[in-house]
Amino acid sequence: MIKEEKILQKKFRLSEFIIEQFIKLISFISFAVIILIFLFVFREALPIFSQKENSAIREELKTESYGEEPTVELSLPESTLEKKAEEKDEATVKNLLGKEWQPVGLEPKYGLLPLFLGSLKVTFIALLFAAPLSILAAIYSSLFANKRFKELIKPAIELLSSFPSVVIGFFALVTLATFLQSFFGYTFRLNAFVGGLAMAIAVIPIIFTITEDALSAVPKYFSEASLALGASKWQTALFVVVPAATPGIFAALLLGFGRAFGETMIVLMATGNAALSSLNPFDPVRTLSATIGAEMAEVVFGDVHYSVLFFIGSLLFIITFSLNAIAEFYVRAKLMKRFRGE
Amino acid sequence: MNNKFLGKFIVISSVISTLLILFTIVYLILEMYIGGRNYLTIEFLTSEPKDGMTAGGIFPAIVGTVLLVIIMSIICVPIGTITAIYLNEYANKKSLFTKSIRFAVNTLSGVPSIVFGLFGLGFFVQFVGGGMDKIFSSEGNLQWAQPNILWASFTMAFLTVPVVIVSVEEALRNVPNEYRAAGLALGATKWQTIRKVVIPNSISGILTGTILAIGRGAGEVAPILFTGAAYFLPHLPEKLTDQFMNLGYHIFVMSTQSTDVEATKGIQYATAFILLILTFSLTFVAILIRYKFRKKLIV
Repeated sequence: MIKEEKILQKKFRLSEFIIEQFIKLISFISFAVIILIFLFVFREALPIFSQKENSAIREELKTESYGEEPTVELSLPESTLEKKAEEKDEATVKNLLGKEWQPVGLEPKYGLLPLFLGSLKVTFIALLFAAPLSILAAIYSSLFANKRFKELIKPAIELLSSFPSVVIGFFALVTLATFLQSFFGYTFRLNAFVGGLAMAIAVIPIIFTITEDALSAVPKYFSEASLALGASKWQTALFVVVPAATPGIFAALLLGFGRAFGETMIVLMATGNAALSSLNPFDPVRTLSATIGAEMAEVVFGDVHYSVLFFIGSLLFIITFSLNAIAEFYVRAKLMKRFRGE
Repeated sequence: MNNKFLGKFIVISSVISTLLILFTIVYLILEMYIGGRNYLTIEFLTSEPKDGMTAGGIFPAIVGTVLLVIIMSIICVPIGTITAIYLNEYANKKSLFTKSIRFAVNTLSGVPSIVFGLFGLGFFVQFVGGGMDKIFSSEGNLQWAQPNILWASFTMAFLTVPVVIVSVEEALRNVPNEYRAAGLALGATKWQTIRKVVIPNSISGILTGTILAIGRGAGEVAPILFTGAAYFLPHLPEKLTDQFMNLGYHIFVMSTQSTDVEATKGIQYATAFILLILTFSLTFVAILIRYKFRKKLIV
C-alpha cells in the first residue's frame, strides 16, 4: 500500500525544480524593470528637491533623507509631491509651478504649466478625432461587418499601429501642416492642431483594438435576447451591446489618452515647440515629452535643467502608470460584475 | 421614423470611419513613395551619405538599424518567451506574484517611449556603464558610460518585451491541453513536455512575436535619442561601445535640424518610405504567419 502511494506521489526532481525557479526568475524581470524605471528616472530628478540645502532648508527638515524611501514619495499624488518639495526648496518649486518655461538664460525658469497645457491640448485634439472614428469603426467591425470585411480591417489596423511615429511626425511636418494652413489660413504652420491630428493616427489603433475587444466580449445572449424581442440590429448595438461594453470603451479612451500624452516624436516634429500658455488650438505648443526629447541632448549632466527634465519624465511615468492601473483594475472589476449578473 | 434615421446614421458613420482609417493607411504610404521615388534606387540603399548629407544614400543608417534590432532581439526574445511560458504554463493564476507580473507587463507596454529613453540614460549609460567603467577602465577613461549601441539595444529590448510576451502567450494558449496531457502521460516531466511538445507547437507565436518586436524596435526613435543614436558617423559601428546611425533618427534630424531642410526633402521622403515599408512588411509577414497557423489549428 505504502509503495503504491509513493509511486503516485510527484517525484521531486532537482533539474525540474531548478528550471522552474529559473523561469520564474526570468519572468520577474518585467516587474523588476518597472521598479527600476521608477527608481532611476526619479533618482535623477531628486536633486531639484534637495539642492540649495544650506540656505533654504529649515532646521527640522535637515535630518530627513530623500534617498531612503523613494517609492513612498513616488506613490504620492503629484500635488502632495510638489507641496512636500515646497517645504524644502521654495525657489525651485515656485519655478516649477510658474507660467514660463525658459530653461536657458541668466535666470532660468522651469515653469511646467505651459508644457502641461501643451500636452493636454494635443492629447484632447487627438482624442477628439481619434475617439469617434475608432469607436465607430470598432462598432461596425464587431457588430455589423461580415467576416470577410473583419479579416480586412483588423490586420489593416494592426498595420497602422506598426507605423513608426517618426514617419507620422514627418508626414505631419511636411504635408499635413502645409495642407491645413492653406485650408484654415492660420498664422503658424506648426501648431497644436497639426500635432493633435497627426497624433490621432497613432491613437486610433489603440482605441479601436481595445474597443473591439470589449464589444466582442459582450456575451452573445445579450444581443440574442434583444434581437428576439424584436429590436433591430442597430438598436441592439446602440442600446444593448455598447452600453454593456462601456467600461471597456472607457479603458480604451484612458489608454489612448496615455499614449497621446506620452508620445514624443510626433509632437516634437509637428507642434512648433514654443512653450506658450494659450488655449488657442492653432498656436504652437511644447509638450512635456517633446521638451525632454528636444533638450536632453543639450543639457549639462547633473545640473538643475537636467534634473527638471528627469522630473518631467517621472511625471509622465506616474501619469501613464496611473491611467494603466485605473484601466486595468477599475474596468475589470466593473466588467466582471456586469457579465456575471449585476 | 426618427429611429430609422438614427439607425442609418450609425451604420453610415461607422462605414465612413472605417473607410477613412483605411484611406489614411494607403495615403501615408503613397505620399512617402511619391515624395521619394526619385531617390529610391539600389545605390541609395547601399551608399553612404555624401556632400554634407545632401546626396548619397542611407546605408549606414540601415546597418545601424539592423544591428540595433538584432542585439535587441537577442535580449528581448528569450526574456519574453520565458515570461510567457511562465505565465501560461507554470504560474498559479491567482497568486500575487503572477498578478504583479501581469500588471508589470501591461504597464510596461504603456510606458511612454521617451521615459524608456530617460531610463536607458539613467540606468544603463550612467549606472551600469559607469559601474563597468569603474571596474574595467583606467581612471577618467569613459568607455561604457557613454551612449552606445549596446545600451540603446537594451533600452529598446525592454520596450519590446511586452510585444513578444503577448504573441507567445497567445500561441501557448492555442496549444490544446490534450497535447500536454499526452506528454505527461507518456512519463515526460513538465519541462520535457514543454520543451518537446508545447514549444514546438507554438513556434509560430515566438516567430510572430520576434517579427513584431523587430518592427517596433526599428521604428521607435525616442528611446535611442540619448542612448546611442548619432546623426552622422564616418564609419560603421564595430564594437558594442560604438554609436550608430538609425533610419528613424535620420529622418528626424534631417527634417528638423539640418541647415537646409529643403535640399534634402527627397532623401527624407525616401528614407521615410524605406522605414515605413520595413515596418509595414515585417508586420504583414507576422500577420500572415499567425493567420496561417490559426487555420492549421482549426483543421
